[in-house]
Formats: sequence, C-alpha cells, structure tokens
Amino acid sequence: MDLVLDIVLLSLLLTTAVAIAWTRDLFSAAMLAGIYGLLSASFFMTMGAVDVAFTEAAVGAGISPLLILATLALCGRKQRSDRKRALLALGLVATVGALLVAATLDMPAFGDPTAPAQTHVAPRYIQDSMAEIGIPNIVTSVLASYRAYDTLGEVVVIFTAGLGVLSLLLGMRGARETGTALQAIPRQHLVLRMAAKVLIPPILVYALYVQFHGEYGPGGGFQAGVIFAVGFILYALVFGLDAVRRVAGNGLVQFLAALGVLIYGSVGLLGMATGKNFLDYSALAGDPVSGQHIGIIVIELGVGITVAAVMMLVFYLFSEQLQDRNDAPEQLSPGRAG
Amino acid sequence: MLSHLPILQVILPLVAAPSCMLIRRSSLVWFFSLLVSAGALVVSVLLLQQVIDSGPISYRLGGWEAPWGIEYRIDLLNAWVLLVVTGLGTAVIAAARQSVQREMDDLRQTLFYTLYLLCFAGLLGIVATGDVFNVFVFLEISSLATYALIALGRDRRSLWAAFQYLIMGTIGATFILIGIGFLYMMTGTLNMADLALRLPELGSSSTVLAAFAFIVVGVCLKLALFPLHMWLPNAYAFAPSIVTAFLAATATKVALYLLVRFIVTVFGIDFSLTSLPLQSLFIGLGLVGVFVASVVAIYQVDIKRMLAYSSVAQIGYMVVGIGISSVVAMQATLLHLFNHALMKGGLFLALAGLVYRLGSSRIDAFNGLGRTMPWTMAAIVIGGISLIGMPLTVGFVSKWYLITAAIESDMWLVALLVVLGSLIAAIYVWRLVEAGYFRQAPAGGDVTVGEAPLSLLVPTWILIGANIYFGIDTRLPVEVTGAVAQYLLGGIQ
Amino acid sequence: MLITSLYNYWIVIALMMIGLYMVVAQGNLIKKIIGLNIFQTSVFIFYISVGKVDGGAAPILIEGENVYSNPLPHVLILTAIVVGIATTSLALALVIRIMRAYGSVEEREIQAEEEKREIQAEQEKREMQAEEVQC
Repeated sequence: MDLVLDIVLLSLLLTTAVAIAWTRDLFSAAMLAGIYGLLSASFFMTMGAVDVAFTEAAVGAGISPLLILATLALCGRKQRSDRKRALLALGLVATVGALLVAATLDMPAFGDPTAPAQTHVAPRYIQDSMAEIGIPNIVTSVLASYRAYDTLGEVVVIFTAGLGVLSLLLGMRGARETGTALQAIPRQHLVLRMAAKVLIPPILVYALYVQFHGEYGPGGGFQAGVIFAVGFILYALVFGLDAVRRVAGNGLVQFLAALGVLIYGSVGLLGMATGKNFLDYSALAGDPVSGQHIGIIVIELGVGITVAAVMMLVFYLFSEQLQDRNDAPEQLSPGRAG
Repeated sequence: MLSHLPILQVILPLVAAPSCMLIRRSSLVWFFSLLVSAGALVVSVLLLQQVIDSGPISYRLGGWEAPWGIEYRIDLLNAWVLLVVTGLGTAVIAAARQSVQREMDDLRQTLFYTLYLLCFAGLLGIVATGDVFNVFVFLEISSLATYALIALGRDRRSLWAAFQYLIMGTIGATFILIGIGFLYMMTGTLNMADLALRLPELGSSSTVLAAFAFIVVGVCLKLALFPLHMWLPNAYAFAPSIVTAFLAATATKVALYLLVRFIVTVFGIDFSLTSLPLQSLFIGLGLVGVFVASVVAIYQVDIKRMLAYSSVAQIGYMVVGIGISSVVAMQATLLHLFNHALMKGGLFLALAGLVYRLGSSRIDAFNGLGRTMPWTMAAIVIGGISLIGMPLTVGFVSKWYLITAAIESDMWLVALLVVLGSLIAAIYVWRLVEAGYFRQAPAGGDVTVGEAPLSLLVPTWILIGANIYFGIDTRLPVEVTGAVAQYLLGGIQ
Repeated sequence: MLITSLYNYWIVIALMMIGLYMVVAQGNLIKKIIGLNIFQTSVFIFYISVGKVDGGAAPILIEGENVYSNPLPHVLILTAIVVGIATTSLALALVIRIMRAYGSVEEREIQAEEEKREIQAEQEKREMQAEEVQC
C-alpha cells in the first residue's frame, strides 16, 4: 500500500514538474507550482514528516503561488521563447544528474533502519527527548531546543527577507498615500463577504491553537504565523487593504517583525544571565524540564510573531505595487505588461 | 563573560540588527552599528588571544553537547578570519555615514544599516560555527542581506546584478545543501569534528565523493572562483560604494575560509587531495583566473568594475595557494586573505570618496585627480602598488610567500606565472596613475571639487596605512598565519 | 534489488534536474524563480527520504510505538523551507523592480536594453568631446 502510494505520488510530481517546464503560460506554471507544493506535502505525509508536510502545504501551495501570482499581475503572464542556452543547460543538467546518480550507488537502501543516519545522532532524540525536554513532538524538541540556534537563524532569515523586500519596494509606488491598494470587493458579493466574516475568526483561533499545540502535535510558531497572516490576508482580499492596515499598519508590522527576533534572542541571553550557555533554557524554572517548556513556548512565540509580521509586510508591499499598476498604467508599456 | 566570547561574536550584531528597527533615526542607527562592529572587533581580538593561549574553544549552544546540539568551535584558523572580518567590517562602517547619506534616500538608510549588520552577523556565523547545517543557515542570512544591499545601488543595473547573484548564489547554496545531505546520510552527523572522525572510515565511497564535489562547487560559486565568477563584477560595480567595499573586504574571504575548512578539517587534506585531481584543478583554475580577469580588468572603463575583476584575479592567487597545499603555501593564502582585504577595503573606500564628490567612478573622472583630490588619489596609488605586490606593501609579503612555496614544491612555472600576473596588475594600476597625474581635469569643469570628506578619508587612510605598516612590520600576520598553517597542515609534512 | 531500494532517489534526482534546467535555460525571470523552487523542493524531498525508516511512525511519541522516522531531517527541512520562501519573496520583489526599471522580465530583452544604453552613452561622450574641440 505504502509502495503504491509512493509510486503514484512520485509520478504525479514528475508529471507536474515536466508540465511546469513545458508550459509557456506563466499563470499555469504558477498554479502547477502550487500543485507541486501540495504533492510534495502529501509525499512528506507518507514519509511520516507531518510537521514538514504542514509547512510545505502552507508555503509551497499557499504563500509562494500567491506571491508569484501577484508578480505576474504586474509583469504579464506570457513568456516569450528564449531557449538560447538550452544546450548549455542540458549539458549542465546531464553532468550534475550523472554525478547524483553515481552518488546513489553507495547509498544505504531507502528506509533502511540500520543506515548511519538512523543509528548515530537521531536515536538520542527519540529515546531521551521525553526525559530531557518532556514533550511528545520530537521535531519540536529538536527544533526548539537541541538545535534551537538553527531556528534562531531561520527567524533571522525571514526577518532579513522582509527587510530586503521592504528596501526594494518601499515608496516605489507612484501614488503614495492616496487610494486604496486593494479595493474592497463590491457589496453585491454578499456571499464572499459573509463567508470571509465567518471564516476569519476560526482561522485566527486555529492559528493560536497551532502556535501552542506544537509541542503535542504537528505545528509551531512558523505554521501558526503563516496561518495568522493568512487570516489577515483574506480579510484584505475581501474588505480591502486599508481596512487591514487600520488594524495593523506598516509601522506596527515592521516593529513586530523586529520584536519576534528580539524575543527569541532575549530568551537566549536570559540563558546566559542564569549562568548557562546561550539558548540553554534549563535554568529558566525550578527544574530543567519545566525550564525547557517555558523556553520553547517563548521562542515559538517569537517565531510566530516575526513570521506573521513579515508575511503581512510582504503582502502589503506586493499589493501596493498592484495598486500602482491600476493607478498609473502608463509607467509600464502596455504591450509588455501583457 | 569570557567563556561566552564565541557566541557573543555573532549574537552581538545579530540581536543589534532588529534593535536598529526600533531606533529608526538613521544617524543614531549608524552610530549604534559602529559601536556594535567595534564591539565585535574587540571580541575577536580577545578570542584570538584566548585561542593562542589555550588552544581551540568549543561552545555548546543551548547547553547540548556536540553531535546532538550545535557547537561553536573556534580554532586558530577561524579566530584569524574573524579578526579580519570584524576589523574590516568596522573600518567600512566607520566610513559609511556620509557616503550612504549621499547614495540613498532617507527611507532606506536605517534599512541599509540593519541589513549591513545582518550580513555581518551572517558572515561571522559562517566562520564561527562547527556545524555544517548551521553554515547553510548563516550563509543564507548573509546572502539574502547581500542581495538586498546590492539592489540598493542607484543605477538600475544594480537590480539586474542583484538578481543574477541571487540565482547563482541560491544554486550554490542548494549545492551545498545537497552535499550536506549526502554527508548526513553517510555518517548520521552534522558536526564538523564528528564528520572528520567518521568520514575516513567510509573511504572513497561515491556518495562522499559527490558530497565533496557539490560542496566545493557550491562554495566556489560563492567565492567567485574563475569560471564561476560571472556574478561578481556587476554586483561590485553597481552596488552602493560602501557595500562594494564591505563585500570585497569580507564576503569572498569568508567563502575562502569555508573552502579551507571543508577541504582541510571536514574531509581531511589527504582525502581532498587524493580523491579528486583537486591540486592541479585549483592551481590551473587559479592561474587562468589570474590572467583572464587581470586582462579583462585592463579594458574596463568603470574603475569599480576594474577592481572587481582584479578581485577575481586575487582570488585566483589564494586558490593557487590551497592547490600547492604545503604549509608555506597555505600561509601565503591566509596572508593574502588578510592583505587583500586591506587593499580592496582601502581602494574601494577611496572610490567611495570619489563617487561622493564626482558621482562617478569612470576612468575619465580620474583626470586631474592628483590635484583636485590629492589624498584620495594617493590612497588609490598606494593601494594599487600593494595590489601589484611591490616591496614595502602587504601585497609583496603574500606574493613572496606564494612564490617561495611554489619554488619549494618545484613548481617553477607556477612561480613564474604569479610574477607575470603581477605585471598585468601593474598595467591597470598605471592607467589610474596616468589619468590622475598626467591628464588635465576637463577644462571649465567643476571647480568646487575638493577632497573627500574626512569621515571617509580617515578610515581609507587607516586601511592604506595598514597596507604599508604590515608590509614593513610583518610580524603579527606572518606569525599568526604561520601558526595557523602549521596547525592545519603540520601533520602531513 | 538495487532498483527497488534506490528508485526513490532517482526520481528525486530527475525532479531536481528539471528544476535546475529551468533555472539555467529559461529566459523569463519568473520562470527561473519557479524553477529554483522546484529544484529546492526536490532537495527537500531527498532529505525527507533519508529520514524514512521502514514501518516508522511520525516522530511524535505515543505509548506503545517504538519505531519512528528520523526527526532530524524534518527539522533541517523545516528550516530550509523557510529559507526557500524567504529567497523566493526577495527574488520576486527584485523582479517587480526590474520590470519597473526595464519594462521587461525577459533576460534577453534586459541585456539588449543594457547594450543599447551603453552604446548610447559612448556616442554622447564622443559628441561632447567633439564639441569641446570645436570650442
């Protein structure tokens, strides 16, 4: 059964990838890329990687196609033929691919429980994390404690990307404070408006659930942050960007993005203040295990805040660009905008 | 507090960056960034001292011991690179204020300093860590910040350059990620020291070989080793002047460090040199890079671009040193890492002054510069002389060691080619001298052109002065790099 | 034997190569970014495959379950996915700016535009020099 599912998913992935490479319509490519994300999320599910599947579904099938579509709206969806380097690319791909295939020949078999990766470092996480950290989700234990420093790096990466997008798109629109970036959907779309009103509160509650339930089931700060931002994005899509910005303006969102990183960093520094190493939570409470608990909850909160804030910031900036297109189409030559 | 030095080195700028977003006022943010960079410099000096006194330092992040948690491991090699990066980073940020004011609008100045600190922290993180996956994470922090910083350039071509670099850089980072995945698959560990223990048991398994190939190619993309250098000239030419100075002085040095770290520490020098024809590949590509890039540099009209090609050539020399792979050659590479940072840091800061006054770094802007901006022009000349490798400058010291190493290993041809490469450098440096001292400023040109502002001139001259100081009193760099090279390769000779 | 134990990796390699091909061969910048996404996602699939243990459950501790998938690759890929989306959003923002500056997102047109401008700049310079001589 597993095997069949595995083969079906892999062949679907392969077909989708070929279709993406083949199509000249960028809109289809973007949608297919979303499907590719969803398929890989399903594949991760079958591999038992539930947290990864959750994240990939949110990113690969959610955020990433959304941003690509926004860019397409500005840049046109037709791709003109330009395969001058097809031969070079084929040569490169053949070489790299051959090297990769050669590399597989000495690999341990797929799923082999005696492979080095399964016998060296990982067993400690599986066997001792309950005693050392005291939470059932091993992925959260490793992510937020054993390798918490990588996760700090990850939050900083997101923060950096947010600032990078900000530095690129800030003030780049023609009509600055005037006009709404995303127009509210007209009143006659009553169903949409009602559906959104009904959906958004559960989405936000669900985000909170994912945020604080990450220790027991799949979830955690990153996924929660994305879902939280999605709630706001949905609101903006239906009721207009200005309506959202009245709740969470640009300044606030930037502040929160920085705040999340600072929260994470401060927990680390607190570890040092209690005489331990950076990001060592064990002295944050009476006994080490509750210390770990507190530490993990707080850093996950930091992750969630930064992720939600950066996602919203990026969404604001992209949709402001769209508004600009509506205001001042003469900036782009219409033939090229497609 | 002293036991926390390894993490302070990185966490200081890392936490300072989001704090910048709370301070907001750009003049304050600049001062804050300067303080933080200077703090990082102090930490790196203390670290180097500590490593020299008592050997390598290990720091367990989160308190978890090594292969399970992430470890920071500072030995002579990265202590030296940390010192170079923080020193140059501080000098460049000290000079940044007025140049940034001139080249960026108000909105973006705070963002600039924040991204600068993030890039700085990312680079330091790559150097300090003892965990291969952590390398990837910090590599991406510094890379994303770099792409954004380059795109802050005034010319629209900066956007195109940043995009091209983003594509190449991400391919490189993904190659490194593939390599790390193979290593993990074969050993079950991500810790560098643990990998070094476990990899020899595997012999020359094709998976390990592939991991090695992917990591070396990925790092060389970041390093801009010929012929993977295509992203560099445009990125350097169109980035804001301060960013160019920073990248030229630090980013490629960190990539070079990473190459040495993987080749020598993780895979082991024996494996690295015997399993692939790396020795001849590095010497060959290095020398071809020296010649091609130097010749291309001669024909450049934009001097920022000219010096960018010259950087590609200088990277060639450093890689030749790794290729020869004797203790002296490694010392030459590590010396050149420091010396080249001093030269290019000084030269690009001088160019920043030029751009500040004239708004251009094209060769015709140099006409008559010897009279209108004598200090800037003199700095460029001395930096150029150091670049050629004339005695009494640092450039001479590293070339001398490289030539000695080549001769010791009976590679006469290599030694000869290194000398010839320097002669080509003399040609493009001469173009600047000719324009600056022997050509007239355009008649009726801007008479108000004066010397670059002091805030730019002083850091420039500190770096240029260091080119001369360490060219005469060579003890500090030579002794430290000698010890590092001995520590890295002493076992095999 | 070899095929049944390794086919998984080979398909993943094919996926990676399709992505890499798109990055190098496609002239459209957005298509390049989509290709980069495919390339990276395929590397993620490879990592997760490494963590697969036959009969292993998802790595969330439950009474009575002894065999779990390896959690470490999952953690690494969570980080890598975030890095990927960070890169994508920055790249797309760059594309928007390039569109504004050049009016195109096709590599060939951007390069052609650059060359055109360089030639123009050369000409203007020559004309200026000619005027100076006349004066």
